[in-house]
Amino acid sequence: MNQPDNDHWLVRPSTIRSLWIGGCIVLALTVLAQVLIPIKGYFGADDWFGFGAVYGFFTCLLMVMFAKLLGFVLKRKEDYYQDRKTPDDSAAQDRGHNT
Amino acid sequence: MTELLSPALWMILGALLIALTRGHLRTLVLLATPVVTLWSIWQVADGVAGTITFLEYPVEPVEGSPVRRLFATVFALMAFLGGLYAFKTAKWFELSAAFAYAAGAIGVCFAGDLITLFIYWELMALFSTVIVWCGGTPAARAAGIRYAIMHLLGGVILKVGIEGTVIATGSIQIQPMLAHDFSTWMILIGILINAAAPPVSAWLADAYPEASPTGTVFLSAFTTKTAVLALILLFPGEPLLIGLGLFMIIYGIIYALLENDARRILAYSIVNQVGFMVCAVGIGTEMALNGAAAHAFAHIIYKALLFMSAGVVLYRTGKSRCTDLGGLFRTMPFTTAMGIIGALSISSFPLTSGFTTKSMISQAAVDGNMLLVYMVLTAASAGVFLHAGIKFPWFVFFQKDSGLRPKDAPWNMALAMGGCAFICILLGVAPGLLYQFLPYPVDYHPYSVYKVLFYLQLLLFSGLAFFVLLPLMKRTQTISLDTDWLWRRLGKGLFLAAARGFGALQRLMAQLNVRSAELGSYIALRYLGNPHAEDSEEKSVFSRSWSIGTTAIWIAVLLSAYATAYYI
Repeated sequence: MNQPDNDHWLVRPSTIRSLWIGGCIVLALTVLAQVLIPIKGYFGADDWFGFGAVYGFFTCLLMVMFAKLLGFVLKRKEDYYQDRKTPDDSAAQDRGHNT
Repeated sequence: MTELLSPALWMILGALLIALTRGHLRTLVLLATPVVTLWSIWQVADGVAGTITFLEYPVEPVEGSPVRRLFATVFALMAFLGGLYAFKTAKWFELSAAFAYAAGAIGVCFAGDLITLFIYWELMALFSTVIVWCGGTPAARAAGIRYAIMHLLGGVILKVGIEGTVIATGSIQIQPMLAHDFSTWMILIGILINAAAPPVSAWLADAYPEASPTGTVFLSAFTTKTAVLALILLFPGEPLLIGLGLFMIIYGIIYALLENDARRILAYSIVNQVGFMVCAVGIGTEMALNGAAAHAFAHIIYKALLFMSAGVVLYRTGKSRCTDLGGLFRTMPFTTAMGIIGALSISSFPLTSGFTTKSMISQAAVDGNMLLVYMVLTAASAGVFLHAGIKFPWFVFFQKDSGLRPKDAPWNMALAMGGCAFICILLGVAPGLLYQFLPYPVDYHPYSVYKVLFYLQLLLFSGLAFFVLLPLMKRTQTISLDTDWLWRRLGKGLFLAAARGFGALQRLMAQLNVRSAELGSYIALRYLGNPHAEDSEEKSVFSRSWSIGTTAIWIAVLLSAYATAYYI
């Protein structure tokens, strides 16, 4: 039951390859469709050809890179906030019990 | 007289009855209470229903308006769906607390004055804390205490603001204001703490994921969205909120990208989504306020759906970290589908409720000629697809095979998720159903071919960015520091240091005591000697036996010294 089930059709390499190909075709179509359906922009720049695609991709790239860089500063081990007994603490506690 | 009874009272009654009943009767109470409350909500007419004098103030327990009814409706709806989701697994006190919590939220919706608002506000704070505690782990207990401190502090700040406003204006009315003096600032800050605005956004992602799988569903619905309603009623058009909202939007995305825990990813995306609403309230036009209200409605439902799917995973596997999960679509196809519908809705994919509501906020930015705001909102839409739309379902249900083969959702959880998913798609396909209940008349058509095409480009290419950048987003078993570091680490450190300092001082005093006692006994021994010694010669000078004559001379000397001193 716990054996990895690599035979599920969705995870076969061939399926994944066709998903990538199908995905790329859909992506290309959404951009090419702009030839037929002109996008009405609100601020001049946003009706350029493929603006939505480029803007979507590059803002995501920016956000991922920014998050990655921030991660170097902000990431800590999961037990960061858990109480750790340092020798100093337990020594203080022992003294506390003695007095 | 009955019109003075807030629909919230039905929920309070329900909360009491849940505690008193058992078995099927309790389930009946659980499911019937929100329905009765919903009926009662729609009986509330526009305007103030009446006043009661309390401490010489004209208190208005019930005031109706379209936006108030809209929020109350979605709260009652969530109490129903949440109750359906939870009743088989949640403890009775969690359900009871959830209904009292919902009562607080519905009470705030209909509060006609600041005093009533404050009372229901605190009701929410109390019972939401109970729900966090129902997580049952030591971490949940600690997080619940931090949550309670934050919300009680927010309540105190709100109360200070209310008092000041009442003294300054002589009125306890809920009416639009701007943050221009101390009291209005206090009210704004008190509300914003509940909206998880910076710099205290951290309370949300700290507390919500520690609750039980069912508790988080209730928590996600009420507190932040009541704060949004309070902002709509009290601070429409407050310019500060635009910048604050945009910050929350970006904060939510970045932290969700860094996060490993699936439920914490969703918690950060609450901050992100509430940011959209806060920004809309800041824009303050009719379109923007309609957008904020509509988006709050849609958001409550799809966020509940997302938390429900994450909750089913946690319930079935006991795990919620992305690093432990993956490949669950094999045995949980229904939950996977529901999670994907929720994820598409939050990403405002066309034909989902997110598209028809969030685009109103972008439209309001366009109408107000706010280029920067529009561009950030658009970038954020792409970012939401990145962190919640794909990241959540991908890491939980797909990615690697974790080897877990859990059963799919129990029937009641599946039914609740199905209900939420139905509403998500219904509002996406027929947005008019929601638009008719918005506070202002709606003249907006979300579906134009070019707009759909633009959003498809935007979202699908951010999807491409996700899979291209997947190596960069490898999950790590980490948490991310936030401003809660200030009170969880720095504050605690300072407290411990102070405690240690006082401890050292106490030890020093004790040592001094011992030393002075030793010195005293040494002096006593040196000059008085040991009084119990056998031989008089062994004793010290003052405790020896002296002959009568010597003693008499000494007495004479001392007396004459005394007499001389007296006359001088």
